[in-house]
Amino acid sequence: MARMKMAGDALANDPFAAAFATQDIQGRSLWIDAWHRLLKNRAAVASGSTMFLMVLAVVFGPMLSPWAPDFTDWEHTASPPSLVNGHWFGTDAVGRDILVRTLEGGRISLLVGLVATLVSLVIGVSYGSVAGYYGGVTDRMMMRIVDIIYALPFMFFVILLMVVFGRHIILIFVAIGAVNWLDMARIVRGQTLGLKNTEFVEAAQACGVSDKAIIVRHIVPNLLGVVMVYVTLTIPHVILVESFLSFLGLGVQEPMSSWGALVNDGAQDMESSPWTLIFPATFLAVTLYCFNYIGDGMRDALDPKDRV
Amino acid sequence: MKQTGLGHHFASRLLSLVPTLLMLITIAFFLIRVAPGGPFDTEKPLPQEIRANLDAKYHLDEPLLQQYFRYMGQIVTLDFGPSYQYKDWTVNELIASGFPASLAIGGTAMLLAFVMGTLIGVIAAIRQNTAVDYSIMGMAMMGISIPNFVVAPLLILVLAVYAGWLPAGGWEWSFRHMLLPVITLALPVIAYIARLTRGSMIEVLHSNYIRTARAKGLPERIVLGRHAMKPALLPVISYMGPATAGLITGSVVIERIYSIPGLGSYFVQGALNRDYTLVMGVVIFYGVIIILMNFIVDMLYAWLNPKIRFDEG
Amino acid sequence: MSLLEVKNLQVSFATPEGEVHAVNGIDFAVSTGETLAIVGESGSGKSQLVMAIMGLLAQNGRASGQALFKGEDLLQKTPRELNKVRGSQIAMIFQDPMTSLNPYLTVEQQMTEVVMYHQKLGRHEAFEHAVEMLRAVRIPDAEERIHEYPHEYSGGMRQRVMIAMSLLCEPDLLIADEPTTALDVTVQAQITYLIGELRKKTRMAMILITHDLAVVAGISDRILVMYAGQMVESGTVEDIFYRAHHPYTRGLLASVPRLDRDASDDLQAIPGNPPNLLALPGGCCFRDRCTQAQEICSQPPPMWRDERGHRSRCVLEMPDGRVENDSAGEAGSAAEESAP
Repeated sequence: MARMKMAGDALANDPFAAAFATQDIQGRSLWIDAWHRLLKNRAAVASGSTMFLMVLAVVFGPMLSPWAPDFTDWEHTASPPSLVNGHWFGTDAVGRDILVRTLEGGRISLLVGLVATLVSLVIGVSYGSVAGYYGGVTDRMMMRIVDIIYALPFMFFVILLMVVFGRHIILIFVAIGAVNWLDMARIVRGQTLGLKNTEFVEAAQACGVSDKAIIVRHIVPNLLGVVMVYVTLTIPHVILVESFLSFLGLGVQEPMSSWGALVNDGAQDMESSPWTLIFPATFLAVTLYCFNYIGDGMRDALDPKDRV
Repeated sequence: MKQTGLGHHFASRLLSLVPTLLMLITIAFFLIRVAPGGPFDTEKPLPQEIRANLDAKYHLDEPLLQQYFRYMGQIVTLDFGPSYQYKDWTVNELIASGFPASLAIGGTAMLLAFVMGTLIGVIAAIRQNTAVDYSIMGMAMMGISIPNFVVAPLLILVLAVYAGWLPAGGWEWSFRHMLLPVITLALPVIAYIARLTRGSMIEVLHSNYIRTARAKGLPERIVLGRHAMKPALLPVISYMGPATAGLITGSVVIERIYSIPGLGSYFVQGALNRDYTLVMGVVIFYGVIIILMNFIVDMLYAWLNPKIRFDEG
Repeated sequence: MSLLEVKNLQVSFATPEGEVHAVNGIDFAVSTGETLAIVGESGSGKSQLVMAIMGLLAQNGRASGQALFKGEDLLQKTPRELNKVRGSQIAMIFQDPMTSLNPYLTVEQQMTEVVMYHQKLGRHEAFEHAVEMLRAVRIPDAEERIHEYPHEYSGGMRQRVMIAMSLLCEPDLLIADEPTTALDVTVQAQITYLIGELRKKTRMAMILITHDLAVVAGISDRILVMYAGQMVESGTVEDIFYRAHHPYTRGLLASVPRLDRDASDDLQAIPGNPPNLLALPGGCCFRDRCTQAQEICSQPPPMWRDERGHRSRCVLEMPDGRVENDSAGEAGSAAEESAP
């Protein structure tokens, strides 16, 4: 149904959509279609592969390393990157191995990214879909609240939360997640509202398709794409917020460490040993870069507007 | 003509500022007051009497609700009270001493971001799917992805420490001292605005009314400047609200890295020291700026968009 | 000499899926004061044909062949040269008046800029001229309403504004791309009538693009029927309506509701879909849907013409017609001969 509508739309303003319309009818499904388009996006594929390697590295890397993250190698303090002494990324001022610390910090950063995004996903999707589904006064009240909260300087509240309740990792998940659900709620609400009134849903209703089938077949799949794209774009944002907090010394606490905290440490010693800054900074930047490209690629792949 | 639409819009948005402000103050107040430990908790407990005197002086012995209303009353008169940590300073004085530097850097960064961002975005849109477009967008993605607390130390390392062209930090009212903080702060915003502008410009350039303008035989300069620019800039205008919030947040870390005695540094210091009044003062002060900026942006958007200008009347 | 003479015009689009051939060798000519209707279904390439002439193809589009306007080839002109012709000598109105006017500029701003740029009129004169033109298309309170934005006008009114705007510089040729398709049925008749009436007052030539044969009958002199980017038949209104030769044209006519026909005659839809423009089959492009298709239709069909210039591309024998040219691609001289 959705595909037919798009083909129809395209026909109206696209002179040669007819050519594609026939292909669509023969039925590459939306998801397979999107997947093929994503695979054609070289930046997204490269980013996806890089992230896959990154995840493997931070999960298994520390196990394979000869050094423990908090082991202090007094024989090689502030050592530059070296293959000879086994500290490939060098060591910091107290002789801790930068490579294993970077990988270990990546675990925390990625974990925060994942969990806090899930928190925002759960809050945002339930809030947004309820507002969109019930509509009317409920919707207006709920969205008004979102508007109000939206106008608040939220980063400051996260900082306050961290200061007030102590820097516990669970709190980081919750605090960051609680800040980021607003966009998700707005997007999901808008989508639900829009989908309720589309021709293909109305047509399905007119044909006597049950509500449940409409939701399962038409609303959810259409919602899923946008939510997936948004989740992909929220992860780097969340990682960034956590690094920001850790950089200010308000994030994860020793002995735990994250990329933000490592960048902070590295920035202190950058004049004497720049490698302590450069390696964690590169890992962080590459991760954010890749997630953004994957999210962009997914959006392009799922957005039928940009098909030609 | 039917300008009532804009007036009505203005009044209703102005009214909606009140609950936002109330919420801002309330959340900030209670968040801090439920915190375990107070400003006078030190390693060695203070003698009972001194503690009681201090609490009485700052009204910390009153019931919470009473403190809340007392604080509200104070805020209405724009008085943020004395700082708990900087003994001889009121919060108002601290804000007044820190804000000029923050404003100078933040305001310049905002201006730079708007001008550079839209310019770069338009160029990329006009050259869509060429090498120029791809390289601009690749760099913009880097600008968005690399956090400014990573960019800042790297810039210092290269331009200040190795090359020695610019000061590594500290604050003076000079171009040399402002250059690095402003650039670092503006970079991600430039990148975001460039992407935003490019996207909306491409959409506008594909619209039917641009085709009409071309069919009328108008030169490209008029097609772009007169017909495409305004609609293409609308999304950028509405981003200026969130951009302000982003710049203010960014300034916290930038001021710390470049050792600039601005509001952001005070905030972090105050947060670490549990200086209630200072932290609340800064949060409310910045909150009000963000809320006002959102309001201005909202009005500007409505004014630029004839549909809103008239329809809501 | 004809005002506009199009020779072997081809338009193609580069897409990720391959080269889409939207227009494949079209020839026609329009003389001063004449109205040519180009008829075809969605995707037949009729819009892209005129977009190519106007230099308005999308970035991935390419046009080849010739479009001689007053003897000069429009396809060879740079955008700067083209701007001296567009809007002043050739004007265009589009299908969707809701989106074809700039929503961010007042009607005044959008109208005056045309004459201020092309005829170098001052602001005041330009304003007077614009108001006068709005009156001519019967916008009530024109001198007041000209200050309004397009969204304050109804759909029909907006199309009137578009028409007024296109006529500002008294063009020699007006191209109307489905000018009534997006409008309500009652408004359609008004706009069609208005266009016909304004045409009579001027010596302006017009190319009317439509998929609606009913619109065509009243106001055009000649009709060109397009299918899959090719001309399948062209001739006078009488030729097409009473002596239609090509099976596709006859199919189109059978699908138009008519009052003079018995209600028991069912409207006939043409079965099937237009061919894939990515890979056009050789031979007659209509043969997959044609009820009279034969083995020979896989060969390029002959071009028939009679002495009055009625042309048709089909193997079926045309009464009074003779075969002039047997290949679809290389048409060249046909245009000149067919001009009345």
